[in-house]
Amino acid sequence: MDLSFGPEYDDFRAEVVSFLANNADKAPKASDLRGEAAKDWQKLLIENGYTCRTIPKEYGGYGAEPDIIKSRIIAEEFSSARVNGGLGGQGISMLVPTLLEMGTEEQKEQFIRPTIHGEMLWCQGYSEPGAGSDLASLTTSAVLDGDEWVVNGQKIWTSTAHIADWIFCLVRSEPDAPKHKGISFLLFDMKTPGIEVRPLVDMTGVANFNETFFTDVRLPKNQIVGERGEGWQVANAILGHERETLAPANTAQTRINALIELMKRETVDGDALINNPVYRERLMKIQGKVMAMRFNELRILSARLNPGQDPGLARMITKLEGTELRHDLEGLAIDVMGEMGLAYDDNPHLRNSGSWQREYMYFLGLIIGGGTSQIQKNIISERGLGMPREPKFEKAS
Amino acid sequence: MQFGLSEEQILLQDNVNRFLDDNSPLDRVRNYADGGEDSDIWAGLAELGIPALLIPEAQGGIGLQPMDAAIVAECLGSHIAPTPFLGSAVMAPTALVASGGDHGELLAEIAAGTTRVGIAFGEAIKRRNDAGVTVKDGRMSGTSMYAFDAQADVYLVADQHQHIYLVRADDPGLKRSNLVTVDKTRRTVELNYDNVAAATISTEASVFATTVDIGRVALAADTLGAAQNMLDQAVEYAKQREQFNRPIGSFQAVKHMCAEMAAELEPCRSMVWFAGHALAELPEEARVTACHTKAHLAEVGQFVAKTSTEVHGGMGFTDLVGLHYWFKRIGANRQWLGAPEFVREEAAVLQGI
Repeated sequence: MDLSFGPEYDDFRAEVVSFLANNADKAPKASDLRGEAAKDWQKLLIENGYTCRTIPKEYGGYGAEPDIIKSRIIAEEFSSARVNGGLGGQGISMLVPTLLEMGTEEQKEQFIRPTIHGEMLWCQGYSEPGAGSDLASLTTSAVLDGDEWVVNGQKIWTSTAHIADWIFCLVRSEPDAPKHKGISFLLFDMKTPGIEVRPLVDMTGVANFNETFFTDVRLPKNQIVGERGEGWQVANAILGHERETLAPANTAQTRINALIELMKRETVDGDALINNPVYRERLMKIQGKVMAMRFNELRILSARLNPGQDPGLARMITKLEGTELRHDLEGLAIDVMGEMGLAYDDNPHLRNSGSWQREYMYFLGLIIGGGTSQIQKNIISERGLGMPREPKFEKAS
Repeated sequence: MQFGLSEEQILLQDNVNRFLDDNSPLDRVRNYADGGEDSDIWAGLAELGIPALLIPEAQGGIGLQPMDAAIVAECLGSHIAPTPFLGSAVMAPTALVASGGDHGELLAEIAAGTTRVGIAFGEAIKRRNDAGVTVKDGRMSGTSMYAFDAQADVYLVADQHQHIYLVRADDPGLKRSNLVTVDKTRRTVELNYDNVAAATISTEASVFATTVDIGRVALAADTLGAAQNMLDQAVEYAKQREQFNRPIGSFQAVKHMCAEMAAELEPCRSMVWFAGHALAELPEEARVTACHTKAHLAEVGQFVAKTSTEVHGGMGFTDLVGLHYWFKRIGANRQWLGAPEFVREEAAVLQGI
């Protein structure tokens, strides 16, 4: 057991801390994906290697060798300083790693630089009204007509489609192949004729989701990642990674610290909430769980650094456990505040900018999105514990 | 950076597991539960050096660390082995060494496995009703409830000031009565003291705290092993047992129960490792981590104990499968050295909350 990262990493941490001390005031407060301030901040972070760290220089990244510990130190310091860690979004978190792994040279050159600099915003066209947990049954069709694909169908839950420049989209291009082998991964401009975007307001009150309709949308034949029929493998190459990072334990740690501060500050019948034995008990129970998840992450990190080490099921359970835990944690903050916990939008009595209610609902969304908790349990039991799969039912003919 | 077991620790784990596979199978545990002895198991573990684990080399021990003790505790919990490990090998050596006193002779006897040391700390953690002891001029009076290791040669007893004393089991003023509990894999006793000779071991609160901390981590590790074993049995059973012409493990209702157990239990392994490591290396985090680990494992253990029994259906409820021994051991670990609600409150106070 050795929990130290070594002295060379102490220097690196000091660099990050000093960067934050000198530059944190330039960071945009909210995660505005399109604002100029966000783009300038992103540029500064890339130049210093604090985001897009391992993306090669020729594609606009910082070009460092992968170093898990440095990445972790950056994440830890930005999180504890509560400073925006740069642009997110599905283009940067999902498409760029996919292109780096499976894209053509031309695609890498065309798309990566503008994407990571916030000039090209992407949305993800995966789910359909009839293809949610059973994503591979998707039916949006793509038919090759000369040198062009012609796409018809409907996507749903397309986050940011209403502001996106481009979409990466799973389509059925080989209707006669088995369902996992008939899918292709296409890229196209959201300004292409035939695309209609209808916003879907979610329970937090924000219209970040959309329904996206395609009617004879035409795009050049070469805007495909991987080969025809390989779209499922292309999409899955990074899906697992996305799930692991949805609810990191260091954020849960930051949130529970904020909750403790809140409970020290707020009073009920003249006494601080933190002195209420029932609330204390609930707080400590959740703190224990956060602690367990932090150590679980240490084990994952260690298994990455020491290839001989078996992480067991540590990685497979993080999406399920992490999102449920955050939902419970945010919910406790609402409970301790009682009626005050209901405050929302521009209520003058908001605490922590209304983040408790927002995150409480947002994490319910994450419990469902990115593979529902129930799908996670199938994965854990079947792939993790080796339990038998549910028998497949053939379609009645 | 390496967070996990070292090669030596994996070897230790393998050795203890192999010994227990051979010497503490379920039938042997049943024999103990029906009134048999555990002395042969303890003697065998002594040959592997287990009682000497935490005793410094200078005093005839092996000089390993709390994390190593947690690894052994996990093996014992997995096998629900009847042994005096918690008192004799974990808490007593920790208290005797931390006290700074000269206990070389006793430590050597513990290391050899020839002297068993029991622990009567319950009343110093949370005093129930009128139990508790008082010590005046080196003589002890009062009562300790649910002291563990019914066959100990000597006991470490803590009073309400968290001072620790040593009493001999054969002192004429000491009355020892078995207290039957649901957990038949370890026996507890009531100790009644009437003017019993009590040698002071420590009057430092920190010695008491250090001893309780490591005891709690060892109990958490025992629960980890027991719960993992119950989960493994449940998964195995669900793969074999068929209803409606298919293994019940193919039903989501059943497999999701198993997934939930695995998802809750997997982080517990890292938590026990960290807690063990912190006891030796991270003094600032050690106490809070020990409290949370004890309490969290109690909750997850309880969930796994119940759910894995349910996966077995009616068979889980019978004595035939023997699952109930694990269920009850986990239940006892939950209450020993502080029930989860009290331990969580301690965690809060330790953080200044």
